[in-house]
Amino acid sequence: MAATARRAFFRRRKSCPFSGPNAPTIDYKDLRLLQRFISERGKIVPSRITAVSSKKQRILSQAIKRARFIGLLPYVID
Amino acid sequence: MPYYETVFIARQDMSAAQVEAMADGYGELIAEQGGSLVKREMWGLRTLAYRMSKNRRGHYVMMHLDCPPAALSEMERQMRISEDVLRYMSVKIEEIPEGPSAMLQQRERGERGERGERGERGERGERRGRDGDSRERAPRESEAASPASASPASASPASAEPASPAAEGAN
Repeated sequence: MAATARRAFFRRRKSCPFSGPNAPTIDYKDLRLLQRFISERGKIVPSRITAVSSKKQRILSQAIKRARFIGLLPYVID
Repeated sequence: MPYYETVFIARQDMSAAQVEAMADGYGELIAEQGGSLVKREMWGLRTLAYRMSKNRRGHYVMMHLDCPPAALSEMERQMRISEDVLRYMSVKIEEIPEGPSAMLQQRERGERGERGERGERGERGERRGRDGDSRERAPRESEAASPASASPASASPASAEPASPAAEGAN
């Protein structure tokens, strides 16, 4: 009984979208890619939601910040 | 010599030819200092994501440089002095990538069907209306290549507004 309940809540851990073969390279110019990792408000989505590995999350946040600085992405959407 | 990638934004009231001449000027400057401008990419007049020293739009130029660090800092110094440059950003890169950058590839694929793009566009149309800034509007409409890309802007208040609260609720 307990086991089935636990299984009902079990969710397979998604793998990092930037790891493995044919993973996209993180580039501050690739807005289509970066937009998937910012929220409706324009905030960077935490990696616990997007399942990006911490190494890639650091690179990704750097790319988003670069895109923001050069006016490709907004700092805040309101 | 290290490779650099520099993106700069030129003021919107310059013509495309003027911007190109400006980029060539920076290329010559780099050449004088013993480097070379390997590749130059014009992204055209783009709408900025936010107002940058009271400008809403700007000409984007990307340059790939192979030059000594001193040449880069000299170029950046000149960019700081120039009033035509709104902003610049230089990034050191490991190698010069081949082919057009992601920015130009995106342009080719067309901007239709992109959810984020459409939302942004609607918002912009609304803001412009509130300001009563009709001067900027005219070139924009004529520039719009396809009717599909122009229509979300006109239908913005109706289509963009109800969509966003629903999406937030889903989160």
